[in-house]
Amino acid sequence: MALSGMRGLSVFISDIRNCQNKEQERLRVDKELGNVRTRFKNEKGLTPYEKKKYVWKMLYIYMLGYDVDFGHMEAVSLISAPKYPEKQVGYIVTSCLLNENHDFLRLAINTVRNDIIGRNETFQCLALTMVGNIGGREFAESLAPDVQKLLISSSCRPLVRKKAALCLLRLYRKNPDVVNVDGWADRMAQLLDERDLGVLTSSMSLLVALVSNNHEAYWSCLPKCVKILERLARNQDVPQEYTYYGIPSPWLQVKTMRALQYFPTVEDPNTRRSLFEVLQRILMGTDVVKNVNKNNASHAVLFEALALVMHLDAEKEMMSQCVALLGKFIAVREPNIRYLGLENMTRMLMVTDVQDIIKRHQAQIITSLKDPDISIRRRALDLLYGMCDVSNAKDIVEELLQYLSTADFAMREELSLKAAILAEKFAPDLSWYVDVILQLIDKAGDFVSDDIWFRVVQFVTNNEDLQPYAAAKAREYLDKPAIHETMVKVSAYLLGEYSHLLARRPGCTPKDIFSIIHEKLPTVSTSTVAILLSTYAKILMHTQPADPELQKQIWAIFNKYESCIDVEIQQRAVEYFALSRKGASLMDILAEMPKFPERQSALIKKAEDAEVDTAEQSAIKLRAQQMQQTSNALVLSDQSPANGTPPVSQLSLVKVPSMSSSAEHNSADPGSAQPNGSLTKVDPQPLSPDLLGDLLAPLAIEGPPGAGGQSEQSVASGLEGAAAVDGAAIVPVAEQTNTVEPIGNIAERFHALCLKDSGVLYEDPYVQIGIKAEWRGHQGRLVLFLGNKNISPLVSVQALILPPSHLKIELSLVPETIPPRAQVQCPLEVMNLRPSRDVAVLDFSYKFNTNMINVKLRLPAVLNKFLQPITVSVEEFFPQWRSLSGPPLKLQEVVRGVRPMPLAEMANLFNSYRFMICPGLDPNPNNLVASTTFYSESTRAMLCLTRIETDPADRTQLRMTVATGDPTLTFELKEFIKDQLVSIPTAASHAPAPAPPAPPVAQPVSPAASLNDPGAMLAGLL
Amino acid sequence: MIHFVLLISRQGKVRLTKWYSPYSQKERTKVIRELSGVMLTRGPKLCNFVEWRGYKVVYKRYASLYFCMCIDQDDNELEILEIIHHFVEILDRYFGSVCELDLIFNFHKAYYILDEILIAGELQESSKKTVARLIAAQDSLVETAKEQASSISNIIAQATK
Repeated sequence: MALSGMRGLSVFISDIRNCQNKEQERLRVDKELGNVRTRFKNEKGLTPYEKKKYVWKMLYIYMLGYDVDFGHMEAVSLISAPKYPEKQVGYIVTSCLLNENHDFLRLAINTVRNDIIGRNETFQCLALTMVGNIGGREFAESLAPDVQKLLISSSCRPLVRKKAALCLLRLYRKNPDVVNVDGWADRMAQLLDERDLGVLTSSMSLLVALVSNNHEAYWSCLPKCVKILERLARNQDVPQEYTYYGIPSPWLQVKTMRALQYFPTVEDPNTRRSLFEVLQRILMGTDVVKNVNKNNASHAVLFEALALVMHLDAEKEMMSQCVALLGKFIAVREPNIRYLGLENMTRMLMVTDVQDIIKRHQAQIITSLKDPDISIRRRALDLLYGMCDVSNAKDIVEELLQYLSTADFAMREELSLKAAILAEKFAPDLSWYVDVILQLIDKAGDFVSDDIWFRVVQFVTNNEDLQPYAAAKAREYLDKPAIHETMVKVSAYLLGEYSHLLARRPGCTPKDIFSIIHEKLPTVSTSTVAILLSTYAKILMHTQPADPELQKQIWAIFNKYESCIDVEIQQRAVEYFALSRKGASLMDILAEMPKFPERQSALIKKAEDAEVDTAEQSAIKLRAQQMQQTSNALVLSDQSPANGTPPVSQLSLVKVPSMSSSAEHNSADPGSAQPNGSLTKVDPQPLSPDLLGDLLAPLAIEGPPGAGGQSEQSVASGLEGAAAVDGAAIVPVAEQTNTVEPIGNIAERFHALCLKDSGVLYEDPYVQIGIKAEWRGHQGRLVLFLGNKNISPLVSVQALILPPSHLKIELSLVPETIPPRAQVQCPLEVMNLRPSRDVAVLDFSYKFNTNMINVKLRLPAVLNKFLQPITVSVEEFFPQWRSLSGPPLKLQEVVRGVRPMPLAEMANLFNSYRFMICPGLDPNPNNLVASTTFYSESTRAMLCLTRIETDPADRTQLRMTVATGDPTLTFELKEFIKDQLVSIPTAASHAPAPAPPAPPVAQPVSPAASLNDPGAMLAGLL
Repeated sequence: MIHFVLLISRQGKVRLTKWYSPYSQKERTKVIRELSGVMLTRGPKLCNFVEWRGYKVVYKRYASLYFCMCIDQDDNELEILEIIHHFVEILDRYFGSVCELDLIFNFHKAYYILDEILIAGELQESSKKTVARLIAAQDSLVETAKEQASSISNIIAQATK
């Protein structure tokens, strides 16, 4: 039976197998450990065979999960044995027993190094394997150069080199700072020419690690990767032993495509074409076959190809092909493919423009929510969450709610969190939102965190229309026999505030409300009791004329809790009792809650925080990224509104402070600031408190502290205790300004958008303007996404375009009002009439509360958007170049003060401005030649040629020659390029040179601007 | 990258473990307990992937034995699933229709073989033939050493007679 050849070991394993229970096993193990320990102690008597046997036993025991706290030394010492059998055991056992953090490994470093640099290739293999599996920092420091040498050595056989590649990968991955890979680009490129597929596979893994850290250095590997892929896909000279179920090494294919995903684009059109041919072949040529392994392998390749297509953001055709494939996959029987279909669809949401196609599969995805497999259900949930927007939120959230009742326990928390977030973000109307959350509390109260119901209160308080509805709903739920405590809390709160709005309905007299709430009191915890007391006080206040019987009942309760052991409850009871005897002041202090300042949902914040540690919430991350681009919801940054005073009680005696002062106060309050503390880096403004701070603040008066502080003064005489608690609330009233600070640097955003076609143009606490553009020849189509980030509407919205004379721009109608948390899209048609560097300006204004906010933003419809890169061959270039003989068609200038950069970087810069670098045209390696086509109505398509001559000795100056068939174009293009070279003010370059322009805050429109070319003038101003 | 490889029997007994990321013995035990709880309770017709603590676990059952590998979220799951099968095929070829008992009594051989397939949690060799050749070479090295040793001890034995 046993092949092991070590009888003692076999016997021991049999004994363990024969143990009836864990206890017996433990005894047997202890006995064996004792035995081994004594044997090791008198080491002299151990033959190599015995030593090997005991070390294996130790490993076996360790593998079973027992602690083995001795014998590591013996295992490590076997490594230095002269003979192969002992050495082999030493290496393998050491790499299983120890990990990179063990000090014991240090003892072995010298031996390992000797084995690696020695001549014995079997020893080299053993050493490389162990270092590759558990190598840590010290190994990296002392061995990396030797391992690198082995990898590229021409005298080593493949079996050593493939191990060296992975060993190096391990050392590099763990300690990239220690392993020096400077200049490795060329070596890697050479390694990719390797004929042995084992070495090539390992090298490709190494390449993936290298490019993931720094793709810039490895551009030269890109075409080679494409070649490898072509070779494999065509099955050209792949040895039979490297095909797997007829597929040429699927693993190498996958790894190669993985490496390619780390390069931002594929610039060279030929390489790109070849790559897309391969991808097309994989996408279309993969069939479902009977053999499971073949199917898996071919689909592994297919899914990697999908990921690569998504990454390269290919022509739209390919993308829709991918969605179609995924749509097919999510409906197949094979569960693996279904799972991966859903997963990749979620990834695909990153790519814009496919949401609508994905939505077509909504029904199928919802079906997957009921799949027998929890892995698949999770993916479906994630995808539904990711694809949700205003149009389908109602359907999706209702599905989630329905599923909640039957969902397994493991998923409920996530489900309710996601349902709550979606309901909040995409609520078509707020009453629906209230419905959803109440249902959620009803069905899964345990999983509804306080944040969620606080948010409901916030919405209801801020929207008067909603108040009677919410109160009525709350009243309905109270009729249910057993309700969750959270439901008691939210209902009590809402009814305390708003039940008087229902007074005429049956069963809603103050008495009814009181008694139905009071029924719940015996069953709830102290924190809820505190809320109930507030509710009673509010009910009392709203009962006009006073009902002596009700008053007596409630006072009795206050009396009872005056001696409560919980200090919070006690304080509330005492204060409410005192207040309720004061009549008029009760009215002041317990008046309806003022509106809450706008703030970010604690829930969404939490979701964003959570994604940091659980990669599980990928869709949340995704969603956040999407919102950056085209937001239609409350977004990221949480700022206190600088203006807008809350409508407080009727009788405010002192000037009501602005909201910003209340926010200031809150950040000073350690209790409420703390929960937000972790976010300080994100928030440029003082933090707003969690609602918790407001609702459960140690103060009888419930209201935003700013307002509460003021009201207190009016009653301070009788209520010193209360005033003392929140004394800090009285702070100097902040100065009101009309300025709204933009979020992020406007200039950087503009420059970023000059290079790409979608992104955020502008953002402030109230509004976010996203932009998306498509350019074709001399025409362009931009869409402005105007998003209101608040829960109240933005009014008097105006957007005007001030075009420079060379652009014809038509903006479609911009609605005057943007509803709460909605987003409107405004398409913009652009036509380029003639070459010019002037920039169009968007004059955007809106009113928030009483303040007019006005910003002027440069639109990224700049000269380079009308360029189209073109490759020019030698035969075409020179005749053109010569025919454009001199000024004004060909202009030359020496530019000084250039930001020094390597030539490759400059080439990249040109590429990003849509010039095609033509290598090889100029024999001087310090020169760059680039070509492109410019489109405008006057010039039509016009070839533009550029030559940059740099001086390697002085990188701050260069000579530039620009030649086109149009004098204006030549001049404008030359100036444009000069601007880019002299200061490159993109976010990417952190050169201190360009100072960010002052934020364009509320600039008065200069009268001079209307003279002749307003756009140009304004661009100058900006 | 593969963080660890586990072979667990249907009864939850550990047959082989290999860790490519540093885990303490305590963590190892916890991981094994948690994962066997998840894997062994999954029905037969479900997918081969389980999401676990921000990682993915790819597993497959062969007769009474579960082979499982833990990878990063965005790794290619099917690729790993076929690495498992590749490993199984090589074991099968080496032992001649491998069964759980072979692996129990020859767990050290399984380690040798695994080391020829994976290093640093990455695939090292995708040719079954090459792996088989290398393992055979190792075996013969061990054999030769043994013969030499016995012949030397014979000589010594004879000399001291």
